[in-house]
Amino acid sequence: MFEEVATTEQGDLVINVGPQHPSTHGVLHLIITLRGETIMKIEPHLGYIHRSIEKMCEGLTYRQFVYVTSKMDYLSSHINNHGCVLCVEKGLQLEVTPRAQVIRVLMDELTRIASHCLWWGALGMDVGALTPFFHAFREREMINVIMEETCGTRLTMNYMVPGGVMADLHSNFQKRVKQFIKDFKPKLIEYDDLLTNNSIFIERMKGVGILSKDDAVSYGCTGPTARGSGVSCDIRKWYPYEIYDKLNFEEVLETEGDSYSRYMVRVREFRQSLSILEQLIDNIPEGDFQTKTKAVLKLPKGEFYSKVETARGEFGVYIVAEGATNPYRIKFRSPGFSNLSALDHIARGQKIADMIAIMGSLDFVIPDIDR
Amino acid sequence: MWSLSSITDIVQTWLGSTFNPTIALLLQFVMAGLLVITLFAVLGLVLVFMERKVSAYMQVRIGPNRVGPRGYLQTAADTLKLLMKEGLVPAGADKFLFNLAPYVVMISAMLLMAPIAFAKDFQMWDLNIGVLYVSSVSSIAVIGILMAGWSSNNKYSLLGAMRSGAQIVSYELSAGLSIISIVILVGSLKISDIIASQQDGWWIFKGHIPAIIAFVIFLIAVTAETNRAPFDLAEAESELTAGFHTEYSGMRFALFFLAEYANIFIVCAIGATLFLGGWMPFHIGNLQAFNHIMDYIPSSIWFFGKTFFLIFVIMWFRWTFPRLRIDQLLNLEWKYLLPISMFNVLLVTIMAIMKWHF
Amino acid sequence: MTNEELKAKLTGINSALTFEEGGQWLNVNVEPKDWLPFAKELRENPELNFDYMFCLTCVDWKTHLGMVYHLNSKNLKHIIVVKSKLDRNNPEIETISHIWRTAEFHEREVYDLFGVTFLHHPDLRRLLLTDEWVGWPLRKDYEDPVNMIKL
Repeated sequence: MFEEVATTEQGDLVINVGPQHPSTHGVLHLIITLRGETIMKIEPHLGYIHRSIEKMCEGLTYRQFVYVTSKMDYLSSHINNHGCVLCVEKGLQLEVTPRAQVIRVLMDELTRIASHCLWWGALGMDVGALTPFFHAFREREMINVIMEETCGTRLTMNYMVPGGVMADLHSNFQKRVKQFIKDFKPKLIEYDDLLTNNSIFIERMKGVGILSKDDAVSYGCTGPTARGSGVSCDIRKWYPYEIYDKLNFEEVLETEGDSYSRYMVRVREFRQSLSILEQLIDNIPEGDFQTKTKAVLKLPKGEFYSKVETARGEFGVYIVAEGATNPYRIKFRSPGFSNLSALDHIARGQKIADMIAIMGSLDFVIPDIDR
Repeated sequence: MWSLSSITDIVQTWLGSTFNPTIALLLQFVMAGLLVITLFAVLGLVLVFMERKVSAYMQVRIGPNRVGPRGYLQTAADTLKLLMKEGLVPAGADKFLFNLAPYVVMISAMLLMAPIAFAKDFQMWDLNIGVLYVSSVSSIAVIGILMAGWSSNNKYSLLGAMRSGAQIVSYELSAGLSIISIVILVGSLKISDIIASQQDGWWIFKGHIPAIIAFVIFLIAVTAETNRAPFDLAEAESELTAGFHTEYSGMRFALFFLAEYANIFIVCAIGATLFLGGWMPFHIGNLQAFNHIMDYIPSSIWFFGKTFFLIFVIMWFRWTFPRLRIDQLLNLEWKYLLPISMFNVLLVTIMAIMKWHF
Repeated sequence: MTNEELKAKLTGINSALTFEEGGQWLNVNVEPKDWLPFAKELRENPELNFDYMFCLTCVDWKTHLGMVYHLNSKNLKHIIVVKSKLDRNNPEIETISHIWRTAEFHEREVYDLFGVTFLHHPDLRRLLLTDEWVGWPLRKDYEDPVNMIKL
């Protein structure tokens, strides 16, 4: 009567998590070998949302390709765009006006907060608490409104262009950001009450999914994932771009390497990003928001690499230019791809429920992994 | 004073005088059955709506507000939708068990309605082992869940069902022991006796600290027994998609859903009966004036008020806490709750022997 | 370490290396057959200590395929770019996935999109595309009339 259930030779149960599953946050497909509830092996299968953006970019001009990259890590699309325009500017040796630099950093940090908000809510949902999700979305909505006014869209902003930003800030921008900073601070305490200090949550996250410092480096983990293991890897500190070297903020580091330290890194980053916003919001220099550029951009022959720190880690753009109007080859080094490769190593020997918490703490965005 | 008992008396005398005794008894059965089914449907609608509104309140949103006045008809519309949906049976499923499982869960919930005293003298079956009956019949539901998980031929369902089995079997112990501590104080298993013993004060007040401990353990254990968050491992939406009822759709799914809410109602009703005096109004010792005022509130309102308060508490749990992991869940039961409740039973026994309670 | 010092150090390891400068970082060209011992040295030599590979990719130069490895040392804070030319018809290079674990996925991706065979790779299968996919999409001569959009 029953069809045979797929098991391994040792009698382990093989289950598919995804491509449609509530907590893979997208179309990630994991084939998991289980012994009881304990994970023996995780095998990620990617490509369900692979659009070959790298190939697509080879046919687009240097102005056009930036917009495609918004669709990779859609939660930090500003920062993706930022990485791309930095690379093009590096090739053109373009100076960006101070106003544009400050606007870019402001937008980056707002994006980071919005992305962390979504992650925080989704992580709560992964460990079974639904309420944080709605609380986090309430704050994310405020940022979306700010973005909407200035950039015209809420998710894939496409606001950064080579030489600056596409349009000047909306007249409400400063007022709204100040209001947001004021509103968000008490909310952070609420967040701590709801999850950070919840004993069940701590029990679920502490000591689970440990990633050692050496492994984090070897697996190429970056961003909060690596910083949770004590690896200093914040691009904003290491290879400062725009005005990050003039700003006063600290790189958040935790040493345990478990899910809880990855969680704590992101929660503490909320405050760092807020402090950057506070430093800049009253000091936006006057001037042009865009440097005059030629209508058609041509990068000289050569190779250009730029890195930025997205909400998930190091995002690298590698452009091989042949002197034409479009890139010869583009490679996007996405943080999620490397972080995912460590998942099997982290989650082995843990319970299946832990794997969900670990995945939540690694903060995957699937289009970022598949590209 | 107007009460439900007068209505039941009128019906009974009318039936007795019109029909011969056998038919009258049969008619009474039919009426009781219909009442239970109606109560189930109404409870389902009310509790689902309540859950949505409570969760909405906790999640800073409005909740259902479109269908009917202020959204009251939302759950009715949902039930209609579920009725119209096709009930799929997976190709590899054990069809007989797959179809039977929701009914087993449902019937066990319905059977539990029998000994509950909804108001003064309004009880279907005041059997002399009332509490024992409740704790034994409530264990039948897990068989339905295991059946559902096994017969679906789905690995998620199987994992969910196995979790549920381990969970319910373990937490039944604590629930049983905390019920026993009240039984020791009362000296009877009969529901009406238990309620009558709380005439001069509810057990949660009369029984000192041991009763409060028993009450807390009871609440935790029944939350686990009804598979509610933070103990909803059998469902575990984020891990096992929907656990044991992953493959269910349409009305069969609705039955599981309804049974969950019926079970919540029942365990809260039992909790209210044991610890909060059932339909008994709030009385303070010899304060006659105060007690008389309390008596003016109908007994059914007392009962439903207490029950819904407990239901609210259980919903509050669900929308606040993250889910436990399976090993933490079992640790909590076997390493903490069970030893505490065993010790608590000992305390209660000493208290009952020495007559230290009020 | 400055580029000059790095150059001297690297030439000491392998005299067949050629260097390109003028780019963002020091570019090192290495023969595919020399790559594995060179990589080991890069990782294990305490003065080089390249423990972090932040990018691994391939470029189709139409005449040959060029592997590009971006390496970074976390504590010494220097970066080099290692390049290696592969035969376009039979691209083969030793895997370095046991030296830098992140390379396992990146090499699978390069295999998937360029068709480079990584010798001794633990699990060399297509990663992003389906197993039955024909062709190597990121090569310049790849044509797909259905799925490819040209502007």
